[in-house]
Amino acid sequence: MGDLANLTITQAGKGLRDGDFRSVDLLDAVAQRATVTEAHLHSYLTMDHDGARARAFAADEAFAGGEDLGPLQGIPVALKDNMVTLGIETTAASKILAGWKPPYDGTAVARLRSGGAVITGKTNLDEFAMGSSTENSAYGETRNPWDTNRVPGGSSGGSAAVTAVGSAFGAFGSDTGGSIRQPAAFCGIVGMKPTYGIVSRYGLIAFASSLDQIGPFSRTVHDSVALLEAVAGWDRFDSTSINEPVPNFGGSLNAGVSGLKVGIVKELMGDGIDPQIRAATIATADKLADAGAEIIEVSMPSTEYALSAYYLIAPAECSANLARLDGVRYGHRSSIEGTTEEMMGHSRAEGFGPEVTRRILLGTYALSAGYYDAFYGQAQKVRTLVRRDFASAYDQVDVLISPTTPTTAFKVGEKSADPIAMYYSDVCTIPSNLAGDPAISVPVGLDDKGLPIGFQIMAPALGEEVMYRVAAEVERLVGFDERPVLATSEVMPA
Amino acid sequence: MTEWEAVIGIETHVELSTKSKMFCSCPTEFGDEPNTAVCPVCLALPGALPVPNEKAIEGIVKIGMALDCDINESSLFYRKNYFYPDLPKNYQISQYTFPVCEFGSLAVDVDGEPTVVGITRVHMEEDTGKSSHVGDGGGRIHDATHTLLDFNRAGVPLVEVVTEPDITSAAQARAYGAELQRIVLALEVSDAKLEAGSMRFDANVSVRPVGTTTLGTRTETKNVNSLRSMQRAIEFEIDRQIKVLEAGGSIHQETRHWNEDTGVTTSMRTKEESEDYRYFQDPDLLPLEVTKEWQDEIRATIGELPAQVRARFRAHGVDAETALILVEDPNLSAMFTDTMTHNVSGRLVGIWLTGEVIAYLRRNEVGLADTGLTADHLASLVAMIDGGELSSSAAKEVLIAVLDDEGSPAEIADARDLLQVSDTGAIEEAVDAVLADNADAVDKIRDGDMKPFGFLVGQVMRHMGGKADPKVVRTVLEQRTS
Repeated sequence: MGDLANLTITQAGKGLRDGDFRSVDLLDAVAQRATVTEAHLHSYLTMDHDGARARAFAADEAFAGGEDLGPLQGIPVALKDNMVTLGIETTAASKILAGWKPPYDGTAVARLRSGGAVITGKTNLDEFAMGSSTENSAYGETRNPWDTNRVPGGSSGGSAAVTAVGSAFGAFGSDTGGSIRQPAAFCGIVGMKPTYGIVSRYGLIAFASSLDQIGPFSRTVHDSVALLEAVAGWDRFDSTSINEPVPNFGGSLNAGVSGLKVGIVKELMGDGIDPQIRAATIATADKLADAGAEIIEVSMPSTEYALSAYYLIAPAECSANLARLDGVRYGHRSSIEGTTEEMMGHSRAEGFGPEVTRRILLGTYALSAGYYDAFYGQAQKVRTLVRRDFASAYDQVDVLISPTTPTTAFKVGEKSADPIAMYYSDVCTIPSNLAGDPAISVPVGLDDKGLPIGFQIMAPALGEEVMYRVAAEVERLVGFDERPVLATSEVMPA
Repeated sequence: MTEWEAVIGIETHVELSTKSKMFCSCPTEFGDEPNTAVCPVCLALPGALPVPNEKAIEGIVKIGMALDCDINESSLFYRKNYFYPDLPKNYQISQYTFPVCEFGSLAVDVDGEPTVVGITRVHMEEDTGKSSHVGDGGGRIHDATHTLLDFNRAGVPLVEVVTEPDITSAAQARAYGAELQRIVLALEVSDAKLEAGSMRFDANVSVRPVGTTTLGTRTETKNVNSLRSMQRAIEFEIDRQIKVLEAGGSIHQETRHWNEDTGVTTSMRTKEESEDYRYFQDPDLLPLEVTKEWQDEIRATIGELPAQVRARFRAHGVDAETALILVEDPNLSAMFTDTMTHNVSGRLVGIWLTGEVIAYLRRNEVGLADTGLTADHLASLVAMIDGGELSSSAAKEVLIAVLDDEGSPAEIADARDLLQVSDTGAIEEAVDAVLADNADAVDKIRDGDMKPFGFLVGQVMRHMGGKADPKVVRTVLEQRTS
């Protein structure tokens, strides 16, 4: 049977139903894996051992009683620590929320629980999901399982790492500008951002409300579908969730790509992209062409401005979203004596890390009287242009493809002193967030340093079915089956 | 001497009396226990999101329609950003461009002089929590040792009605406030209690020399908890500004606080120090769609507005002041309307309802429903008065007995022998008998000396045991002595 922690969700689900092993065995396997890998990676902030064990027992009882709540019943999955969990400490990797045990479950979490999933714990992230490396965590950075001198990407670096090494069978993260796809690419796994409004944001600690989406990390495309299906669908607690039946995400996984028109985005294949990544992207496109897809070069001129627009819109929204963290009702409260207003100011100054502070200031400035039109207003216009570019591209093609990231995983500390260089690592992923469209990163190979390369597939809003169709074909055609060394039980605890 | 004129605009906040809050399902009615009507949304816990309350939207649309506004089919929610401990999100969800209602008007009447006040906008927002400062300072913020916060009120739906600067006197401002309150009550969208803060006025006041058109610097006066204090505060502020300007000073744009006890306004903060609210569209909320169909449905639920009711009452012969009093009280208003189905004098019904009936209710501290008075009773009472069957003093006695639930006016008048004779035949007989005994008086009258006329009336009344209609007696006497 081998190590259970290396199974896919599909395989694990089958074994549970065939009676080959119990959910508790799966939990033991990932917990055992975590005891080895956590010392190297620091990908979990909180592990809910007792809660997970209770959930695993409950799942096993359900199976024994013939009850089946769906593909995630009994499957250990991890959650990014910006997803609000009843009774489980939720910090968003910020000191300002240290010790906060929420009195409620977010909608996605509640759906996972009602689907019988076993929540292993909460994973590390850049504080409030602001960053691209998981170095901005107030509780220490997460390391890349392929090379622990490198970052796992971010902001959902913890969720990517646990999925890559098997300290969970899959995980959820949030993607505001690439925070699922970029770490998935850096960690050699599948990461997917759904259409805006497919997954409820109720209970996701907001970074930039108009861009944030919860999405899954998995080791296979098939698992990605199973994870997404468990949380997708309209929610009356989120006004921006889409009140329509969800697409049949996995309806065409075996349909192949013959006859599909695939657009390769010219502006995302330029000099800023590492040559090895460009080569891998072209090689993958060639395989799709061989499989019957028509590859068309598509120009999307607005992508050049998308990054700048994003770094005005997201901070502007975050400046208001994070205003509630004031030490009054919950979270860190400064011990400095003063008026209530002074207490609020001190609590915030003490509670927020430098990148969060930078973005709050940037956003506050961008919304200020006299600057609004030049910054926030202008950025919204660019956002409209990006949407138009996508719309006209999808007049010609079914999906768009590009690299997920301009580089593979960089070294810890390499970009932390240069915010602009750090921001540039989201250049390929941000346009889909601005457009509100679905996109997925699938691993397609390793570079000469042995680091994974991600391949991005983008589709129009609610086009998850065709996006997954192409992703599944890429997975088959490329046959990427490399795993990080840490994903084996031979590694000794550090 | 320069002559000055005031330019006044009023901002009114109205708390809607919906069952649940604006963006969550917490109740809007709560007891004294702080922080009991709260949830992740109205406490602004991380991850919580707002969902608009449809009933509140109906409420604001009703107010907008009653104020003759354009109702926008699509309007937008904005975030108004400012840090304050009782504002849980540290931004208020409000509206900025594209409010629900715009471009309305309200006609008000001051001492018979009609004015139309333009309504700039009516927009939807949410209320804040409440702070109380405790410690040695006796409630004053400067000396407080700590602040207590109650978020029960946080998130209660709040409608803001903003006027054009069309108001020119404190009396007009008061009349506007009173009429707006009547409308809100008639629409049954708020209890509109000024003293309890469910309706709150802010007055923007400036002055300028008569004949000039540029606006003076304005101040905004807050904390007016009654219509009377709004009028007093505006009067004070107009006088204050004129004095400052005449002394060569200048007015600062600032927020001022009305102090009810001392009767003065004092400076709270100047606008220069005030915040830049950094309004931007709330990404958690979609544009608010109020389709024409929904508007039609809402419009169909709006009953008669106070001005329309007053017009109807006046058509029944009620004077303006009486109509205003009647409309003020929904029970009296309903009683009047019901009584009018009996085809009796509206003028008399109005006089008796606003006179003796109100006096009785106040004296006994009861409501109309607690008395024996019905529209049928009132109609027959007024018919008896109009027909001369009851003297006004007898009518008052009968009415009080009816209110005391002793029976119908006819039964009471009969039992107490209060009916007066209007039958001309009986009166003529009595007149003839009196005249026969007083021939000299008749002679004097015929010679043009009217002095004995009153004496003769008295004799006839006495002859009839006081139950004759004095009007008829006079008429008959006049005929017989001419």
